[in-house]
Amino acid sequence: MTAIDVAAFTGHWEVALPGVIVAATAMLVMAVDMIVRDPDADALPVLGIAGLAVAAAAAVWLWGESPIGDGFASTLRGDRYALFFTVLLCAGSALTILMSVDFLREHPLPRGEYFALVLLATTGMIFLAAANDLIVLFLALEIMSVAVYVLTGMLRAEPRSIEAALKYFLLGAFATGFLLYGIAFFYAAAGSTRLGVIAGAVAHDGARPFMILGLALVLVGFGFKVALAPFHVWTPDVYEGAPTAVTAFMAVGVKAAAFAAFARVVLAALGGIAVRWSGLLWILAVLTMSVGNLVAVSQRSVKRMLAYSSIAHAGYALIGLVVATPAGGAALVFYLAVYTFMTLGAFGVLLALGRRDEPGEGLADWAGVGFRHPVLGLSMVVFMLSLAGIPPTAGFAGKFYLFSAAVDAGYVGLAMIGVLNSLVSVYYYFGVLVQMYMVEGTRSLVPPGARPCLLATIVVAVLVTLLVGILPAGPMELAREAFASLH
Amino acid sequence: MQLPLLTLIVFSPLAGAIILAMLPREPTVGLRRAAFVFSLVPLAFAGWMLERFQPGEADFQFVERARWIPQWGIEYRLGVDGVSLFLVLLTALLVPIVVLASWGDITRRVKEFLAFLLVLETGMLGAFLATDLFLFYVFWELMLVPMYFLIGVWGGARRVYAAVKFVLFTLLGSLLMLIAILYCAWRVQAESGSFAFGYDRFLAVPFTAREQLYLFTAFALAFAIKVPLFPLHTWLPDAHVEAPTGGSVILAGVLLKMGTYGFLRFAMPLFPTAAETLAPVVVALAVVGIVYGALVATVQPDLKKLVAYSSVSHLGFVMLGLFVFTETSAAGSVYQMLNHGLSTGALFLLVGMIYERRHTRLIADFGGLWSVIPVYASFFLVAMLASVGLPGLNGFIGEFLILLGAFGPRPWATAVATSGVVLAALYLLWMYQRVVFGPLTHLENAGLRDLSAREIAVLVPVLALCFVMGLYPAPFFRRMEPSINKMLARLRAPAVVAATPSAEAALHP
Repeated sequence: MTAIDVAAFTGHWEVALPGVIVAATAMLVMAVDMIVRDPDADALPVLGIAGLAVAAAAAVWLWGESPIGDGFASTLRGDRYALFFTVLLCAGSALTILMSVDFLREHPLPRGEYFALVLLATTGMIFLAAANDLIVLFLALEIMSVAVYVLTGMLRAEPRSIEAALKYFLLGAFATGFLLYGIAFFYAAAGSTRLGVIAGAVAHDGARPFMILGLALVLVGFGFKVALAPFHVWTPDVYEGAPTAVTAFMAVGVKAAAFAAFARVVLAALGGIAVRWSGLLWILAVLTMSVGNLVAVSQRSVKRMLAYSSIAHAGYALIGLVVATPAGGAALVFYLAVYTFMTLGAFGVLLALGRRDEPGEGLADWAGVGFRHPVLGLSMVVFMLSLAGIPPTAGFAGKFYLFSAAVDAGYVGLAMIGVLNSLVSVYYYFGVLVQMYMVEGTRSLVPPGARPCLLATIVVAVLVTLLVGILPAGPMELAREAFASLH
Repeated sequence: MQLPLLTLIVFSPLAGAIILAMLPREPTVGLRRAAFVFSLVPLAFAGWMLERFQPGEADFQFVERARWIPQWGIEYRLGVDGVSLFLVLLTALLVPIVVLASWGDITRRVKEFLAFLLVLETGMLGAFLATDLFLFYVFWELMLVPMYFLIGVWGGARRVYAAVKFVLFTLLGSLLMLIAILYCAWRVQAESGSFAFGYDRFLAVPFTAREQLYLFTAFALAFAIKVPLFPLHTWLPDAHVEAPTGGSVILAGVLLKMGTYGFLRFAMPLFPTAAETLAPVVVALAVVGIVYGALVATVQPDLKKLVAYSSVSHLGFVMLGLFVFTETSAAGSVYQMLNHGLSTGALFLLVGMIYERRHTRLIADFGGLWSVIPVYASFFLVAMLASVGLPGLNGFIGEFLILLGAFGPRPWATAVATSGVVLAALYLLWMYQRVVFGPLTHLENAGLRDLSAREIAVLVPVLALCFVMGLYPAPFFRRMEPSINKMLARLRAPAVVAATPSAEAALHP
């Protein structure tokens, strides 16, 4: 073990800037909450979103400055890959906060803690995407996870929220154990937890038993966090029990950040033994897609259906990692970005159609909603089409990118399984549209009061989903540059 | 910079749909008028395109190109040639007719119906005009969603089942086609070093026979479901029966042609070896479809189902004509696509009109209509005879050319297919007889109104075109043939070329 080099810690401090800004915002939100003491104050969400915007702006600035060196004794990387995810995660969190404003007005939740926890989780996510050392990665993962455990259980009066939090916490802790074990084995094999050093050991020694063990254990740990089958069993219950805005946050933020770290570990540290994991990931991808889609078909609750659909989407995204070519990796990054907006939007509509006394999560509750609430209805059409991968939406562009990367790399079979899964998914996504437009309904779940922030979230998500779908070239180029910086 | 005529044709309906969506929900008459005007805009542009179209030119005209997704070499490329020219016109013509026709049967959620119809028009026109396969695929899928809503929201009792079946069948085919398109683009890259989805770039790739077999199958599956080729037709009767009249007209008139158009434009010229290898299979299925569709149509008690199954039979002729690879029958096939669009469109309109009056489509509930509603009966007679293929009407020319060109290469298949013509006469005439002639058996029918001025305005252009195309086909063939022949030149063996006369020569010896 090398001695601690102080200069190495102080150099390139700016790589941590976006994360630090978000963490500081979280503190500020808590402080302001204590001073203001007004449960309806708009100051907290405004502050939170402003902090996220500044962090994203910092990331954009660093993007322009890149390549910048690693910071903090190269435990954090400031590459475009990390910066891309930073901006994406900030956007996802900002939309989550925006989405939650009206929800918090109707539910008696501690607003200050809620926003602060979202911001703290985001801090963890940002560091997760930038971590270049397994210990830092672990710390970031835990910062994120602990915050999300609490958020899941925030509806203290609701048993299912508590149940979800407990389930998530217990299983999450268990999975973290796997991850730590894996890290320990990597350390045993390579003598370091730096990804670069592990990569060197892999290049030098090949696949030694400890390395393989580490790989297997880390795979389980990440498999849990991104909800790959067969490590997905917690997802539906937790997603269903958590407050809807938190579910959306979990489905997009936690997943994207964990995927970012997962891909970095697998490619940057273990790229040398790709033959050992690509077959395994192939199986996991097929399994995840198929399980997610097939089980989603039989769901009678929209929220639960979206939970299974998010599992299926992790399977699609994994195709990019199996392929592992520059195009495949870029497709993965692009897909996660696209997925963030369409999923947030879908959860937004779910939230908008519910009331405190009647969450309206059952599919049957959605009967006739499309014509009664044209804006929400059409937005949901866009999100469902996008999730199903129908053009001209972002979801189609994302899937097209993934499948084309797979075909280019010779994975025609995987691409075929992917499209057949898309076909299955059409059945349940269109099932929502059937309820909304083709079944007569009389109940109106939407409360009389306006929910401007929620509507704004949905509109933003619709616009992004459509714009990226029609003009994908720009975002695609960013995703390509982001992934190219990984090596 | 020229006027982007094709872009205007494709996107003017979409613009109309967006404006329509912003108009107030009431009064519906205003919405209907607005939609009618919006649907005339692409028709006017399409008419202008026809006026400026150079006959005798085989290549794409009015070509528009713009970079779209440069990473993959995807371009926004539109072009029209002799094959797509009249299909575009047919589409642009049928949509205003459907808008007019919906005056009667769509009374609920009028605004959404009209908006979806216009979005659908953009999808259809775009699919006919796209010359980049990515763009084609986008438009191809764009058609799916509005049609799904048209069937599912405004359809009959089992509409949801029919709509979901329609979507799943269509998507199954098109998703596999997507993989095939990706594979082709990858081959373009292997050949030339960069990705491209342009039609001409795909044509330039020398696919091996084995690759062609797979790729052709993937494309053919997508198109065969749309046509629909026997035994992939099972979605069609459901979709037709449940769809509102306008939906049926569009479905039969244009969407089915999307399948045959896809064969002629993409599957056949891109993978000629495979097309030739698999031609016996396709011809056999086409012939089975002709006879099967006709036989099933004969025993249908429901008018709409009868017309739906007759589509299976008629489209079988088109497929037969395409897959014998002669210029005569290919020209006949393209002509027959237009004929079927007009005559079957008219039949669906007529069935819809009688349904609006009586709320039944069962043949047994009618009889002796001639004495009650003579104008309706006359229009019905013309549409029915056009569908039968009576000389002097359009259907005759298409079927005649198909059979003429097919007889040389495939005499047996042609002989069986000819029985389809006889059967068509049987089931259509018998149906007409039961509905229109004889004594008035149901008292409810005694009080039926005859056609209104609006309904006559709906039918006149369609049936007039049936006469025009039946009596004076030369202007159509002059514009169609060079492009069709160019596509066929990639396919057939040189010996067959000399053996069959061109369509024009066959009709005017």
